[in-house]
Amino acid sequence: MSTEPTIFEKSRNGRVGVQMPTCDVPVVDIQDLLPGVALRTSLPLPELTEGDVMRHFLRISQKNYCVDKGFYPLGSCTMKYNPKINDVAVQMPGFARVHPFQPEETVQGTLQVLFDMQNWLSAILGMDAVSLQPAAGAHGELLGLMLIRAYHVSRGDTHRNLVLVPTAAHGTNPASAARCGYKTVPINTDERGLTCIDDLKRQIAACGDNLAGMMLTNPNTVGLFEEEICLICDLVHAAGGQMYCDGANMNALVGTARPGDMGFDVMHVNLHKTFSVPHGGGGPGSGPVGIKAHLAPFLPVPVVVKDDEGVYRLNYDLPQTIGKVGPYYGAYLAVVRAWAYIAHFGKQNIHMISEDAVLNANYLRVELGKTIDIAYDRICMHEAVFSLKNLKAQTGIKALEVAKRIIDYGYHPPTMYFPLIVPECLMIEPTETESLETINDFIQAMEKIVAECFTDPETVKSAPHTAPVGRIDEATAARNLDLSWPLEA
Amino acid sequence: MSYLPNTDAERGKMLAAIGVSSIKDLFVHIPQAVQDAADFSGLTDSLDDLTLQRKLIAMSSNAADLNSNACFLGAGIYDHYIPPVVGSVCNRSEFYTAYTPYQPEVSQGVLQSIYEFQSLITRLTGMDVANASMYDGATALAEAVIMSCDLTKRRSVVLPANLHPSLRSVVETYLDPLGISIRTAVQNQETGATEIDTLTENDACIVLQQPNFHGVIEDLGAAVAAAKAVGAQTVVSVDPMSLGILETPGSLGVDIVVGEGQGLGCFPAFGGPLLGLFACKKEYIRRIPGRIVGGSVDTSGRRAYTMTLRTREQDIRRDTATSNICTNQALFALAATVYLSVMGKQGFKDASTLCVQKSHYLAAKLAAAGVAQRFSGPFFKEFVITCPAPVVDINKALLEKKIIGGLPLHGAPNEMLVCVTEQRTKEELDSFVDVLASFVKGEVA
Repeated sequence: MSTEPTIFEKSRNGRVGVQMPTCDVPVVDIQDLLPGVALRTSLPLPELTEGDVMRHFLRISQKNYCVDKGFYPLGSCTMKYNPKINDVAVQMPGFARVHPFQPEETVQGTLQVLFDMQNWLSAILGMDAVSLQPAAGAHGELLGLMLIRAYHVSRGDTHRNLVLVPTAAHGTNPASAARCGYKTVPINTDERGLTCIDDLKRQIAACGDNLAGMMLTNPNTVGLFEEEICLICDLVHAAGGQMYCDGANMNALVGTARPGDMGFDVMHVNLHKTFSVPHGGGGPGSGPVGIKAHLAPFLPVPVVVKDDEGVYRLNYDLPQTIGKVGPYYGAYLAVVRAWAYIAHFGKQNIHMISEDAVLNANYLRVELGKTIDIAYDRICMHEAVFSLKNLKAQTGIKALEVAKRIIDYGYHPPTMYFPLIVPECLMIEPTETESLETINDFIQAMEKIVAECFTDPETVKSAPHTAPVGRIDEATAARNLDLSWPLEA
Repeated sequence: MSYLPNTDAERGKMLAAIGVSSIKDLFVHIPQAVQDAADFSGLTDSLDDLTLQRKLIAMSSNAADLNSNACFLGAGIYDHYIPPVVGSVCNRSEFYTAYTPYQPEVSQGVLQSIYEFQSLITRLTGMDVANASMYDGATALAEAVIMSCDLTKRRSVVLPANLHPSLRSVVETYLDPLGISIRTAVQNQETGATEIDTLTENDACIVLQQPNFHGVIEDLGAAVAAAKAVGAQTVVSVDPMSLGILETPGSLGVDIVVGEGQGLGCFPAFGGPLLGLFACKKEYIRRIPGRIVGGSVDTSGRRAYTMTLRTREQDIRRDTATSNICTNQALFALAATVYLSVMGKQGFKDASTLCVQKSHYLAAKLAAAGVAQRFSGPFFKEFVITCPAPVVDINKALLEKKIIGGLPLHGAPNEMLVCVTEQRTKEELDSFVDVLASFVKGEVA
């Protein structure tokens, strides 16, 4: 595919893309309107017609892989289909064209979506209340930890500053803990792929009175359900800690089981994974936080309530609130999309999300497990983890190279090298929206690639061959920084 | 279910291949008591596709939207014109259903658009480098303040009294667990600008909002000089729309520029999702939070783009990362990129200039009608007026004329923050004045 020049190279002096109106009020010299204010002398923006702009962005768009084109076997990312009714909904004027500071009476339908979603997510997570304010999963983690901290501080436990985090956890967990002023204590995973209970007990004892809580992903980051979850929660609670659930893997549980019933006190869920909000090439996301009642006094403001007359209101009256983690009410349009997804399934069918997600993953685990090694040979949840350690020992080919070769077969690569505890790791999550024939085709492609590793290793090592560009020199990119197009002299 | 391809026959085949007899057998690791406790009766009944669409339309219709009402509300979220091509590009599946570009070979479209976004933001702000965007302007400011503390190794920051209350609240919430203290620079009650004389050698930075919450244009050069004198930094939260005419923060010596990019092609959308802008001097590049895209070449020497400086980020650095952020607002950064490209040099300057002309026309007409401005300092598109009656009452009267009035200021029931964008017509401005004038004359009880 040919290289598309930057938008700056396509600019031609004097071209116009939007014809702005002539000023319909009497024009006054700007310097007279803004006395003493420094004004800019140049505005180095490009000059193109609307057609130039459309063609440029359409051309570069075609260099992307995307869910609407095909299967994304990305473990931990839940790349499910994004329903088109959601796209229609977020264009509707009562959602897209309303201002956050309009009087409540003028945005009742707008507020209803938020109110419903606070309730529906509480029901799905098994929690007592939900804040929709966080803009992403890591943002939700930070809010959840701030709520835990506020709870401890309110009880005079200002010394509690240690958080237990499994070594296999997402990098955001320890990073969020650091942002909350907490130090992390790593917990090991045992040979089953589950939290090592002995290590957990040791670390809890070592933390003593300084334990603030534990962050745990469940199903965990190797796609397995933490079957001793009730014991884990009891141990942490007995030591005075709070249990935080990283809800990145909630797709395995939706409509089947609820973290709140397992003993978790607080959790986030990713609307852009579990509830069909598109990933947008890296955002925007949305990371609502669910909490048990004892954390409710500390929620960020406002929360949406319905008064006695059935009118939706924004309640700012929480005297113990931690404040705000976002400027308004969260990623509103993402919440609208998730509302539509949940409403489509409803209470009657919501269980089908987790059931088909887990069924697809286990089918893939068993069938692909005939070709490459399963990391943990037991029933998995919504994703299956494989290790190419033996393949590498036999052929010298790494997981990275296999992943890049998958591109040539028409798929996005799976998640690789995460979690770090599995050598030459590939993590695959089919989601509930992929069909049996898609999964079978993918498995066949993987079988062919593994065969190639023995018969034609150079082709695998130099992949991809059919992508818009080949492997990219990332070391040079980091050394010789080129982060913006230079200004014309 | 419209999105689930598995048929019952296929489910049976898959269960047989796995070697279990029912789907329940796949959930055996979940304690039975936990499964029994699950109660989803709080959800709605399942809606078919037609009912779902009807229900969404009904909810959306139960609001006074900005298509049918002239908006004079601003305060951080603005009703700026959005050229249709922004939607045409952002609604393409290739962009909005793509994943984060961790696999650059199949993500060149997203990566090139972010590279162009970074380029446009540096040009707009006059800064050396920009990142791939943050959640919103408020968290971008919090991150900037924390970065400034890391860079200067100081634990105190100065915020202006006239900072947007939501921004202030987010910054306070972010700083509280980190033990960073906040002092407040007072507002000149006549001009509305910030009094910059309170910096000490303990302060990491002074923050200014440009224009400030009350719409007044601040003297960034004075802040930079005062900060430099004590070895502190200057952090500015800017309305990017104002940079169509105002001198760039970069050329005035500002260290870190953040801002809310919603006005650059994104819907007001009840305040989210938003677009956080983050730009700074190049010497701080290795301490920047968030994603950064760089240009490089592929194995055959073709120009290509990739995420770079990844060792700052949480998935590699874990608890010592520069931030916990694991997102950028890629799709909205794309919207801003398309917006700035199509508006271009002339269109963007025109929009910015129209904001100034029209807002000043309204302010002058209001003054002539007996509604005075609260502050005397220069303003861009927002200003505070002292109303002849409580703002909530005036806004009710305005709404009857299909006008959404300005923001009632907290603790000052008669003061209204008014915003005029390029979208407001002379007719709408005159109607606004007429309603206010009727209150002045006492025609409204």
